Amino acid sequence: MMAAKASRAAFGEALIELGARDERIVTVDADLSKSTMTVGFAKAYPSRAFNVGIAESGMIGLAAGLALTGRVPFACSFACFIVGRFETIRVSVAYTQAPVKLVGTHVGVAIGEDGYTQMGLEDMACLRSLPNIPIIQPGDEMETKQAVAFAVEYPGPLYLRLTRQNLEPVHGDAYRFQFGKVDVLRPGSDVSILATGGPLANALAAAKALAAEGVSAEVINVATVKPLDEEGIVASAAKTGRVVTVEDHSIHGGLGSAVAELLGERLPTPLKRIGVTTFGESGDLKGLYAKHGLDAHGITRTVLKFLAGA
Amino acid sequence: MANPEIARLEGIAREGRVQILRMLTHAGSGHPGGSLSVIDLLTVLYFNRLRYDPRRPDWEDRDRFVLSKGHCVPAQYFCMAKAGFFPMDLLVTLRKLGSPLQGHPDRVALPGIEAATGSLGQGLSVAMGMALGLKLAGKRARVYCIVGDGEIQEGQVWESAMSGPRLGAPDHRLDNLCVILDYNGIQLDGFVKKILDLEPVVDKWKAFGWTVLEIDGHDLAQIDKALDQAEAVRDTPVFIVAHTVKGKGVSFMENDPEWHGKAPKPAEAVTAIREILGGATPDWAGPIVTELSALEKK
Repeated sequence: MMAAKASRAAFGEALIELGARDERIVTVDADLSKSTMTVGFAKAYPSRAFNVGIAESGMIGLAAGLALTGRVPFACSFACFIVGRFETIRVSVAYTQAPVKLVGTHVGVAIGEDGYTQMGLEDMACLRSLPNIPIIQPGDEMETKQAVAFAVEYPGPLYLRLTRQNLEPVHGDAYRFQFGKVDVLRPGSDVSILATGGPLANALAAAKALAAEGVSAEVINVATVKPLDEEGIVASAAKTGRVVTVEDHSIHGGLGSAVAELLGERLPTPLKRIGVTTFGESGDLKGLYAKHGLDAHGITRTVLKFLAGA
Repeated sequence: MANPEIARLEGIAREGRVQILRMLTHAGSGHPGGSLSVIDLLTVLYFNRLRYDPRRPDWEDRDRFVLSKGHCVPAQYFCMAKAGFFPMDLLVTLRKLGSPLQGHPDRVALPGIEAATGSLGQGLSVAMGMALGLKLAGKRARVYCIVGDGEIQEGQVWESAMSGPRLGAPDHRLDNLCVILDYNGIQLDGFVKKILDLEPVVDKWKAFGWTVLEIDGHDLAQIDKALDQAEAVRDTPVFIVAHTVKGKGVSFMENDPEWHGKAPKPAEAVTAIREILGGATPDWAGPIVTELSALEKK
C-alpha cells in the first residue's frame, strides 16, 4: 500500500510523468502553481507552463484557445476561484466545447485554517449544471494518477476536483479507474454509503465501526460525480434499501443532490445526505470534519440514526 | 491595395450591409448598429487577408478569427456565406429555431466559427490562447480578434491586455495576434464616453506593451494597410484602434444608440437598403427589396 498523499500532489507528479511523453500537455496557472502543484511541471517543462498572474477569467479563456489549437491545457486554481469564473467556463469552455482540463484544488472545509473564502464548496453544484463537463474526484493517489491520464485522452472539457489534504489509500495495486463507474470498496447489505473525495476513507472507517454494531454497510467510491454511474448506484440501492451520501461539498447540488435526483426518478429509496450545509469557517481539519459530521464517528452516528428512524 | 481591388471590396461591403438589414428584418431582433460599424473591417479580413478554406473549416493551418463582440455576428455570417462556408439562403434563418445561425456565434453549430462569444470580454482571452497554441505548434497561422468599445469595459479584457505582450516569452511571443477595436462610441445604454469613457485608449494599450495603430475603420485601404503593418510587427501583439460609426451607411441609424439592438421594420429596411445602394440596383439586390416589401404587406 502507498502512503497517504494529497490528490493535488499526485496530480502534480502525474503531470510531470505524462508531460515527458506528450508534448501537447501544457499548464495554465493564476499564481497558485505552488499550491495546485503544477510547479514541478513548470520546472521540468518551462516553455509549456504559463502563469498569467492573478487573473482566473483570462486564464480559463486562454486555456480554451490553447485547447482549440491542439494543446491539452490543464487550467488550475483553487476550486472556488475556478467556478468563481463560471461565466467564462460556461461560454468559452463548455458551449464552445473547448477540451480544457479544469483543475480545482483545495476543495471543501478540509482546507481548514484559511477559512470559507478559500474553500471549494459549490464547485460541483455549479459545474453539474453544464451539459458537457464531467466531474471527477479521485479518492486516493493511485486513482488520481489514473484520472489525470484519462483526462489527457478525454476529447472534451472536464473538471478534476482535488484535495489539499492527504488521502489515505483505498485501492489495491490492481485497481483501474473507470470513467463513469463507481467502485465498491466494501460490500454490504444493510445500507449503501456513497462517498467521494476527502471523507472517503472516513466512510470506510465508519463501515468498520458499523460492523461492530451489527450493521453491514456497503461503501462505494463515487469518483465520477458526473456522469453518475446510474446502474451501479441503483443496483446498490436496490440491494440495501438505504442510501447515505458523504461529500466535503454543499449537499445542495453536489453528490447528494445527484444521487437524490437519480433515485427519485429510478428507484425512490430512503436517503440521507452528509455534507456541508453552511458557509465554512477557519479551524483544523479534524475539528471541521467533526463539526460537519464528515469524520468516521459522525458518519457512523448519522447512519445509525438514519437506520433507526427510517 | 490597387483601385480595382478596393472597388471589389467596397461592393462586398455594400452587399454585406444590405444582407445584414435583410437578416435582422427577417429575424425581428438583433443588433444593426454594431454590425454595420464592423462590416468594413470584416470585409477586408475575409476577402483580402484571412487564409481559410470554406470546404475545410478545420484546416489546421488556417488563420483564426474571433468576433469577441458576438452580438454583431450577422456581419460575420454574411462574410462566411459570401466566402462559401454555407449557402446564402441560410442567412434568413438567423435566430430561428433549429438554425446554425444563432443569435450569438456557436462554434459547434456552425463550422467556421472559432469560439462561442457574446458574453462580452471573453473572446480576446480565447484568441490569445489560440495565438499561443499556434506558436507552440510551430504554425505560421495568425489570429485576428475584433472587440467592441463597450466590451473593453470588461475586466477580463484587461487581464488579457496585461498578459498579451508577455505571454510566450522568449520563444513564443504573440506577434501572430492582431486585435481590432471597433470604436463606434455607442453601447446599449448610450454613448461610451458618458457611461465609462475609454480614453486615452491608445495610450493605455501602448502602456501595456502592445503595438498600437489607429485608423479609420471604414477606409478599406487604411484597414488593409494597417493589417500589413500588423503582420510586419515582431515580438508584440498588435492592437488596432479602428474609429467607426455605429449604424454606418444608414443615415437614420448612424450615431443613434436606439439602433444598438433593434431590428428595422420591413419599410425601414427598404429605405435603408435604397440608401446603401445609392440609386443603383444590382442584380442580387432586386429580389431582396421585393422580398422585404412583401414582408411589409404581411
